[in-house]
Amino acid sequence: MSKITFVQHDGETQTLDVENGLSVMNAAVDNLIPGIDADCGGECNCATCHVYVDETWMPKVGLPGAMEEAIMSLNPERQSNSRLSCQIKVSDELDGLVVNLPEFQY
Amino acid sequence: MDRVIIIGAGQAGGQAAASLRQQTYKGEILLFGDEPHPPYQRPLLSKQYLSSEEEQERIFLRAEAFYLKHKITLRLGESIEKISPNVNSVTTSTGEQIRYRDLILALGSRPRTLTIPGSDLRGIHYLRTLDHVDVIKSEMLAGKKLVIIGGGYIGLEVASVAVKIGLDVLIIETEDRILKRVTTEEMSAFYHQLHVDRGVQICLNTSIASFSGQENLEGVVCGDKVVPADMVIVGIGIVPNTKLAQAAGIACDNGISTDEYCRTSIDNIYAAGDCTHHPNPILGRRLRLESVPNAMEQAKVAASNILGKNKAYAAVPWFWSDQYEHKLQMVGFSTDGQEQCLRGDKAAKTFAIYYFRDQRLVAVDAVNAPADFAAGRQFYDRRFDLKKLSNIDIDIKDCLMDDQIDH
Ligand SMILES: Cc1cc2nc3c(=O)[nH]c(=O)nc-3n(C[C@H](O)[C@H](O)[C@H](O)COP(=O)(O)OP(=O)(O)OC[C@H]3O[C@@H](n4cnc5c(N)ncnc54)[C@H](O)[C@@H]3O)c2cc1C
Ligand code: FES
Repeated sequence: MSKITFVQHDGETQTLDVENGLSVMNAAVDNLIPGIDADCGGECNCATCHVYVDETWMPKVGLPGAMEEAIMSLNPERQSNSRLSCQIKVSDELDGLVVNLPEFQY
Repeated sequence: MDRVIIIGAGQAGGQAAASLRQQTYKGEILLFGDEPHPPYQRPLLSKQYLSSEEEQERIFLRAEAFYLKHKITLRLGESIEKISPNVNSVTTSTGEQIRYRDLILALGSRPRTLTIPGSDLRGIHYLRTLDHVDVIKSEMLAGKKLVIIGGGYIGLEVASVAVKIGLDVLIIETEDRILKRVTTEEMSAFYHQLHVDRGVQICLNTSIASFSGQENLEGVVCGDKVVPADMVIVGIGIVPNTKLAQAAGIACDNGISTDEYCRTSIDNIYAAGDCTHHPNPILGRRLRLESVPNAMEQAKVAASNILGKNKAYAAVPWFWSDQYEHKLQMVGFSTDGQEQCLRGDKAAKTFAIYYFRDQRLVAVDAVNAPADFAAGRQFYDRRFDLKKLSNIDIDIKDCLMDDQIDH
């Protein structure tokens, strides 16, 4: 189990205990976190699971892969700390991770 | 009584239940599914689940604990046999009658079946459910002869997995090209070659007369030829599940007819997903779709409207297909296009075809080109300078013609 915190666009915060091995997207969907649609179920197809990784966590979370990068490339809300949450696997190393949600998913 | 009943625990049904709770619906939610499993990702059935890249527990959309925690009552392995709109109730397979305030029909679709002689021999399969695939997987062993009937996406996905496992694969298609119903000649030709290069045999313009064998399938009879086969997978399209609705007097026409609010012809009955025939304001026509994004979106719309939010459905359809290591992503309907433009390198299998109607973008087929797929969704209905577009070195945004402000 690792703690993952989701911060909504309006500042509302929820912290979840997430089983290691699940993706951050899985955790959000299982807990009805608003703002993550995950239309493709985690196949890196839809980009509707977009989050901003808290800057201090970026070194541990790492940069998006090529596929992920491409699918986000035109997102108007894209930032340097953008990731698709279905591509972030929860592990002990990410215990305490904070992600921020964009106002809209595209 | 504040209760929503959802019939069909598939992609749309599961999402509808989740969306109701997410939008803080406080009443009871009953989710009926005639399959014994909680909602799962159907697309994986012919892809990563069939190839054993994903285990069974990873294909479920949500953990079972989710339903408990959010007080969504899952009634699995139970089918609804009857809807009685005059008294707002449904009747289960065991004869139990349950009342609802609002009802959502998320009935999905079922495979079109063959009725030619021999169609019920052991070894002939359809691929729609997890249980189907578990049987198929147990029979898909290296060295076996597999005949796939129908060169649509499901058939082609199965072919690519089967070839990797080491089966001998033949696809039989009645039309003069594979994927004819869903895509353009150029894309059909690309996929035809891709499969032939991997050792799949494809027989076009061929109809099957019957299957041979006593109890077990032995062969497929086409004309005066018998093609030996250990196993057949039939993928010749689907039919929407409408019988239940029709019997209840709900209007149906190539699916359950809905308006843009996912309402059926009866006030407190909604429908979502593969079973609907619905209006799409962006495409400007009514249609039926077989796609997860549509099922998800309609489920959200139905849930919102049950909660009085007056939300209309308006989404550009999109779809994907994985074959071998190649990812195809599609926006819109390429068959709507009058003009097309290739961007990328077809020989390198990294390209997209953009389709235009009256000079406006109506579809993109992107092969290993997710940025073009993203562009298709973002810039749908926009005009492009085709000369620039065909040059991959020019940034996609710079190919747009300036007739609209970016949103
Ligand atoms: C092998 C395969 C691959 C696919 N690949 C893709 C893909 O790559 N991308 C994509 O977008 N789409 C894909 N699709 C299509 C996609 O899976 C469907 O569009 C989607 O599942 C539709 O969701 P739905 O909820 O409308 O229907 P379903 O997911 O079919 O769910 C309907 C459920 O309702 C149940 N049901 C029906 N009647 C009753 C009743 N009377 N009582 C109780 N339960 C009932 C059914 O048994 C079923 O479980 C694929 C489909 C298949 C079969
Ligand atoms: S869930 Fe679709 S890209 Fe992450």
